[in-house]
Amino acid sequence: MSELPELLFSKTHEWVRIDDDIATVGITAHAQEELGDVALILFPEVGRVLQADEKFGEIESIKAVSDLFSPIAGEVIAVNEELEASPELVNDDPHGAGWLVQIRAFIPMDTSELLSAEEYDELVREH
Amino acid sequence: MKQTPLYDVHVAAGATMVDFAGWNMPVSYAGTVSEVQAVRTKAGLFDVSHMGEFRIVGPHAFEMVQSITSNDVSRLQVGEAQYSLLLTDDAGIVDDIIVYRQADDGFLIVVNAGCLDKDWAWFEGHAGNYPDCALVNESELTSLSALQGPEAIRIGLAVLGSEFSELHRFQFALGRFHNSAITVSRTGYTGADGCEIFCDDRIAVQLWNALAAEGAVPAGLGARDVLRLEAAYPLYGHELDAEHSPWESGTGWAVKLGKGDFNGRSAAEQKRKGNRNKLVGITMNTRAIPREHCTVLNAGADSEVGTVTSGTFSPTLQQGIAMARLSIENSTPGTEVVVDIRGRKLSATVVKLPFYRNGV
Repeated sequence: MSELPELLFSKTHEWVRIDDDIATVGITAHAQEELGDVALILFPEVGRVLQADEKFGEIESIKAVSDLFSPIAGEVIAVNEELEASPELVNDDPHGAGWLVQIRAFIPMDTSELLSAEEYDELVREH
Repeated sequence: MKQTPLYDVHVAAGATMVDFAGWNMPVSYAGTVSEVQAVRTKAGLFDVSHMGEFRIVGPHAFEMVQSITSNDVSRLQVGEAQYSLLLTDDAGIVDDIIVYRQADDGFLIVVNAGCLDKDWAWFEGHAGNYPDCALVNESELTSLSALQGPEAIRIGLAVLGSEFSELHRFQFALGRFHNSAITVSRTGYTGADGCEIFCDDRIAVQLWNALAAEGAVPAGLGARDVLRLEAAYPLYGHELDAEHSPWESGTGWAVKLGKGDFNGRSAAEQKRKGNRNKLVGITMNTRAIPREHCTVLNAGADSEVGTVTSGTFSPTLQQGIAMARLSIENSTPGTEVVVDIRGRKLSATVVKLPFYRNGV
């Protein structure tokens, strides 16, 4: 993950890219590898308000179901509808085309609990 | 954890390994979905050496096997195999097995890895009535590979020789590979055509490598579970257990009450007469994955009608599928039901089984 310095990471294996107050969220390469081939995603409704660490959906493969947790507080403004027909994008490009949701963050934005790329790498190594 | 002779091959191939019944086994290599697709379009290769192999030989081996198993071995010629069940005294299921008739008085029994010790004790416990029979546990010496898919027979013949080309489904024959005896049977657990190859542990790696070199795609236990569910084959611990009769588990056909006495026969007769539940197929009407133990409700979602025994997302059918045990009144194909998946109540339909079978 150290080659993606502009991302921040949660302890629950989500990544977040922040542009002004818009946060794009997905699951990490490590998470998609653990999960295996993604078969379907349960998305939140657009407009839903989330707290930091709140469960906002589920991502399922044949072998497992994982809960998805919001890295920041805010309002869901978009979900990646391409994943309905092509859930494998999460496996093929987890930090790019495999993004899950976009959130308009509440200001002031609190990212103090999020990890840098190095800190996330450390977390994964310790597992 | 125990290892099969192919452990190093799996690790070198980058397999994700998992503990299965105390064995360190490959759950996937390239990925479960691509491995399922390989079996459905080309040929997949599975290491199932963890399964158990018992041999029963002796003047009364036929009587012994006939008295312990539910299916009728008098239907087997030498060189033929059949699916069968070991029943408890109450006509619950101890395990499902394949019985191979190797000689008039010689049988090979293949059992599930997770039931190996239990089944061995079962056979030993019933051997006392047949003192002239030898019972041998050959599991530790025997490797087993399953080659499955539309290309499987072509690949198998190319590697093993054309003398196996006459085998029909559920027939088997002896042969040689690298100067070691092998048994090739036209059987499988995937709903695809193909074969299973028993060999001595010492040549397991050469055999695997030869089949892979000819185009067989390594496939793991994750794919195996999806494929057998698509083909509607039951799995011990899911569809089959000691608490449910064969008629509640889709395996009543493997119980031949007319063959004479066998363990569990009188209870089996009662269970068959009074049967209230049936194993059915379910397909989800929206994109969702039913899982084992999910409750199944009627269409109005106001009463429970049964439980999911196995569920997955079928890459072949591109939808969630399940086998479920439902009350007989709700088991007719076409019946609309609701599956409770982690609190969400989702529409589904009862369908005829299997979901998929090809070439078998």
